[in-house]
Amino acid sequence: MKVKLSRIFMYIFLSVAAFLSLFPLYWTAVSATNTTPDILAASMTPGSQLIANFTRLLELSSLGRAFWNSARNAVLLTALSVSICSLAGYAFEVYHSKAKDRLMSVLLLSMMIPFAAIMIPLFRLMANMGLVNTTLGFMLPTISTAFLIMLFRQSTRSFPREMIEAARIDGLNEMFIFIRIYIPTMKSTYAAATTITFMAAWNVFLWPRIIMMSPDSVTMPMLISNLMAGYVTEFGVVMLAVLIATLPTILLFLFLQRYFAEGIMGTVK
Amino acid sequence: MKNSAEPSGSTLIKKSGLSLSQKQGLTGWAFLFLAAGLIVLMNFYPMVRGFMMSLQTGVGANMQFSGFVNYTRLFEDPRFRQTLINTFIYLLVQVPIMLILGLILATMLNSRNLKAKGFFRTAIFLPCAVGLVAYSLVFRQMFAFDGLVNTVLVNIGILETGHNWLGTPWSARLVIILGLLWRWTGFNMIFYLAGIQNVDTSIYEAARIDGANVFHQFWKITIPLLRPIILLTAIMSTNGTLQLFDESFNLTQGGPGVSSMTMSHYIFDTAFAGNPMLGYASAMSFAILLMVALLAFLQLKVGDRR
Repeated sequence: MKVKLSRIFMYIFLSVAAFLSLFPLYWTAVSATNTTPDILAASMTPGSQLIANFTRLLELSSLGRAFWNSARNAVLLTALSVSICSLAGYAFEVYHSKAKDRLMSVLLLSMMIPFAAIMIPLFRLMANMGLVNTTLGFMLPTISTAFLIMLFRQSTRSFPREMIEAARIDGLNEMFIFIRIYIPTMKSTYAAATTITFMAAWNVFLWPRIIMMSPDSVTMPMLISNLMAGYVTEFGVVMLAVLIATLPTILLFLFLQRYFAEGIMGTVK
Repeated sequence: MKNSAEPSGSTLIKKSGLSLSQKQGLTGWAFLFLAAGLIVLMNFYPMVRGFMMSLQTGVGANMQFSGFVNYTRLFEDPRFRQTLINTFIYLLVQVPIMLILGLILATMLNSRNLKAKGFFRTAIFLPCAVGLVAYSLVFRQMFAFDGLVNTVLVNIGILETGHNWLGTPWSARLVIILGLLWRWTGFNMIFYLAGIQNVDTSIYEAARIDGANVFHQFWKITIPLLRPIILLTAIMSTNGTLQLFDESFNLTQGGPGVSSMTMSHYIFDTAFAGNPMLGYASAMSFAILLMVALLAFLQLKVGDRR
């Protein structure tokens, strides 16, 4: 009897947690299709205002521009970041030496540096290099992260060394081995790294808020933040913008949940 | 090509007096040179520059050395004190609740013959896919004076009139805490779930036979075995909480006044809004850096104790 009760309690607890987790997302989606009065009346059902809200959103903001900026920035940053960090993580493990291990532990310390502590000098550095409002300026600070290097270093431990030895005997050069043998074998690590890097790059707010100063270089998180701060009173329009900013990462999450989970836990192995 | 990134290596290789393992060692350095260089240039170098800047006062290009003036000023700045207190309220209230909740949820999701496991897991994990700005704005909307929460609470008779959630210091902080719990509990749960799944089920089996109830199992088996992961999540959350920005900036806009503002938000305002005081903002940044380091050190000390 006692066992039964605790099971019921467990289902109730999990259901409440799941409901609370999903509700704000459901409400966002529903509100994107409603008028302001409907939203204020706590309407919980989809309305018919989706097209009207969308038209209004296009009038109020440069949605297309911001979406393109976000997509371009996030895709480029992810591609560069995963390439450079995977090569480094591979090197730290495959060619490892005492000096390289020591360097890795120094690099890991960078994970403890709060972004607030470096954002001002970083901004000045970028300004001196003429990189304000550029994708390169947006990307540079986070192209290489100790976290991603570590993720690849740890996963490389499970990469069969015999494959490298065999390729060397066949006379293949080291870069060729990395590109043609390592990368195809480590697909799931690449998927994990790509998922978490893309999500972080799509959602990042503080750095673009500093470095992307012209209206032309606004990203999606900045666009929705500006909409709200501009006291747009059409809530349905704001919620539609929030929904559009969120959908890409939600879809990515739903399709690649396993890789996302592997990615965030990459260094715990 | 492969050695071109390592200046000393390229000349050495040509003489070909190198053993195979030395060659491979140099290839390794060449492969990691760019990544390591970028971290030094984009993290350590700005950190040093930031420290130098924190010893200067002045506006824009007119900065001069002034010793630790910026640091003593921290102690006399009531706004800094308030943002420091706020950040620690978030840290001390939100992080423990989140970690315990994450542990409980992970334990439940690990129980045998639970139905719809995948659904519960995905649902609770899903908020992690939502951007910080996006969820901040959703919460801002829900807790607005004429927003959903007030409408529902008044309709079902819990409140007589709406409460000004974002206009009252304590409830504004509470809304930020609720937002953080919503966004990050599932994130931590996933870590614990992975950890619990690595625990040999026969340990629980044996405990059950010995008559240990669910709470005993949780307290005596799950928590001790997950200790390294709990430590890791605690350090990550502490680090993240001390750097909170998006929520403060977008959800409450730091208000009312500065009563829910975080330290990063105040630094941002000091450095980039109105009359920029880069030296003082840098000093505040270094205060955060010191706190992150100190708290991580403390947690490692406490967490490693046997």
